Amino acid sequence: MKHTLVALVQDKPGVLNRVASLFRRRAFNIESLAVGHTDQAHISRMTIVIDSDNTNAHLVEANLAKLVNVLDVQDVTNMDTIFRDLALVKVRADAAARAEIAQLADIFRAKIVDVASDSVIVEVTGDEDKIEGLVELLRPKGILEMVRTGRIAMVRGNQSADRKNGNGKYNGNGHVTHDVGVSSV
Amino acid sequence: MPKLAGAQILWECLVREGVEVVFGYPGGAILPSYDAMLQYPIHHVLVRHEQGASHMADGYARASGRVGVCVSTSGPGATNMLTGLATALMDSIPVVAITGQVGTKVIGSDAFQETDVTGVSLPVTKHNYLVTDVHELPHIIREAFHIARSGRPGPVLIDIPKDVQLATMEFEYPTAPLHLPNERLLQRYAPMEYFERAAQLIAQAERPLILAGHGITLSGAEQEVLEFAEKHNIPVTLTLLGIGSFPAEHPLCLGMMGMHGGVCANEAIQNADLLLAMGMRFDDRVTGNLKTYSPYSKKIHFEIDPSEINKNVKVDVPLLGDLKASLQKLAPLVAPKRHDAWLAHLKNELEQNPMRDVLDWESADGLMSEHVVHDIWTATQGEAIVVTDVGQHQMWEAQYYLHNKPRTLITSGGLGTMGFALPAAIGAKLACPDKEVWVIAGDGGFQMTLYEMATIVQEKLKINIAILNNGYLGMVRQWQEFFYDARYAATPILSPEFTKLAEAYGIPGYLVEQRADVMSVLEEVRSSSGPALIEFRVKMEDAVYPMVPAGANLQDMIKREKAAQPL
Ligand SMILES: Cc1ncc(C[n+]2csc(CCOP(=O)(O)OP(=O)(O)O)c2C)c(N)n1
Ligand SMILES: [Mg+2]
Repeated sequence: MKHTLVALVQDKPGVLNRVASLFRRRAFNIESLAVGHTDQAHISRMTIVIDSDNTNAHLVEANLAKLVNVLDVQDVTNMDTIFRDLALVKVRADAAARAEIAQLADIFRAKIVDVASDSVIVEVTGDEDKIEGLVELLRPKGILEMVRTGRIAMVRGNQSADRKNGNGKYNGNGHVTHDVGVSSV
Repeated sequence: MPKLAGAQILWECLVREGVEVVFGYPGGAILPSYDAMLQYPIHHVLVRHEQGASHMADGYARASGRVGVCVSTSGPGATNMLTGLATALMDSIPVVAITGQVGTKVIGSDAFQETDVTGVSLPVTKHNYLVTDVHELPHIIREAFHIARSGRPGPVLIDIPKDVQLATMEFEYPTAPLHLPNERLLQRYAPMEYFERAAQLIAQAERPLILAGHGITLSGAEQEVLEFAEKHNIPVTLTLLGIGSFPAEHPLCLGMMGMHGGVCANEAIQNADLLLAMGMRFDDRVTGNLKTYSPYSKKIHFEIDPSEINKNVKVDVPLLGDLKASLQKLAPLVAPKRHDAWLAHLKNELEQNPMRDVLDWESADGLMSEHVVHDIWTATQGEAIVVTDVGQHQMWEAQYYLHNKPRTLITSGGLGTMGFALPAAIGAKLACPDKEVWVIAGDGGFQMTLYEMATIVQEKLKINIAILNNGYLGMVRQWQEFFYDARYAATPILSPEFTKLAEAYGIPGYLVEQRADVMSVLEEVRSSSGPALIEFRVKMEDAVYPMVPAGANLQDMIKREKAAQPL
């Protein structure tokens, strides 16, 4: 089973290295790691996907919490969460093949974002299943290159993973996500 | 506001953290700080190798409970300290390491004596810093001490480039409350229902057992544990680092558990119906085979570090939080109880399988290490701080020296670092100048850091050194004897004449080869005012019993008689 963790970390030099070093040192197997800015200056957000068949998600969460630069970490797997992944796929396509690819893209609500004489770039957003579905259909046409962002996640409604207090400042109120028995002060 | 250089700010901040002594070695990149040091009331202990500095800071912290501080230059100075930091991390010891670094302008250019110290120390520290602006220095030092001693303690490294040591700022000591970015994540405590569950399990248990670990002393919960055990008549077994957290001579104490623990203690674990694990982390050296570990017990885990919960052993009730606070919460929920049958059974087991089983042996083939440790215990009335190295002698110390008080056994448990004893003892002696300090080391490990004898002499420290010289890397030889058909690959080890070596350093040396001479030499050494070294030429092929082979079931111990037969 896949577990998705969302971590808020200080946007400082070396922080990504600390996280990566932790995963390596503890032999945590990470499927994907997506990092980007948040709406708050100096805070980055990481979405981490773990295959919990070989890596204990609770231990990943607990170890991340021990890194001084981590502001919050939460396992959102069992929450009502939107998952997204974005892929750019460069597919072999001469003028004659373009129309068919455009049609496929349309069905998946993907976009053609670049057209060259013998290839096109398709941009697709969605959950992993949708992206894999489109990729499988494009594969016979000849995929020249592909890049994916890895999963990003956001909890719906007010179960926010970005736990802020009233003045929009981070407060990280120690959410209970596992059966280790925790309550915050 | 005074304008101070980074180098001065460093010492200003250390003084405010209560630091009185630091262990270090100078060099180019830390020179500005050494120059500034002369203006401050801090005693600097010049070591002979930076590994010694980090072990001394560690030994200082273990003996006193205060943060130990070590200092080195960049590059080789800093890398030499890594073994000591790794040792401290594994055993949760509060240490702050200060390292000089090349100037910020040349970082990354392979400048002279440049090493990526924050990079190489990352996995062996609790946290580390590279200071790039002098204005950050006061805050970072304060934060580093806080991190080192709070929660589950550990070593923190601060790498300070030379230009930051020279840069000046208007210095004002920060007084605002300290908040770590992750502090809310660490302030998690077991909810009250968990304490109620735990209380229920304790009330139902017929065969409860306390597993006493290092966390008891780190939490300062010795009294609470003692009261709890006595009130509920629960027997106690200790991890190696738990030794001293519960009195060894208490009627409820079963002694050490694990690989070289007692038969009674290990069998108690395997037969218990409730384990109360207090500040211990189910290390592989104490559990043996996890699949067969304590099969009949419910488990309550008192633990401050959430990442230790369900890491090795799945527990029924995790009680996350500081042990002392948890016991104070739990105590009123549980009514006193007797476990007469269980205690009578264990008492009988202990009598049948005494931990100190060779005490009355007349050893025909030479002096026995066990007897030497026993005699040191007798001579010191069990009151000394004993600092051990790693190997057979370490296990014999744990078995034959009964520690009734915390912080009196100082030993590298998690990392098992040979060469630890001598420098750690120097740290311990500086932390507790009025205490009698003994080093018990093997002939192998002593040779790893023996040059710190010069530090003992330069610092005029009264430290007594006992070397148990068996002519072997004994513990490894024992594994070869048991598991590799006695093929002694690279374990016979030659030593210098330790007594002459000691004398060359200015330390009187004694050689003891017979039991009859042990006590008189111990007394002579104890009554002298300076340091002394005693080489005990002990039986060469003695083995530590009982032994649970690595990964074996905890109840499947190799006992002394059995091992005499071919394996
Ligand atoms: C730095 C280091 N290197 C290697 C080892 C592996 N090791 C564990 S015990 C031991 C033998 C120790 O020999 P000695 O110091 O003579 O003590 P003895 O076991 O003979 O009492 C060795 C080599 C270690 N623990 N630490
Ligand atoms: Mg030896």
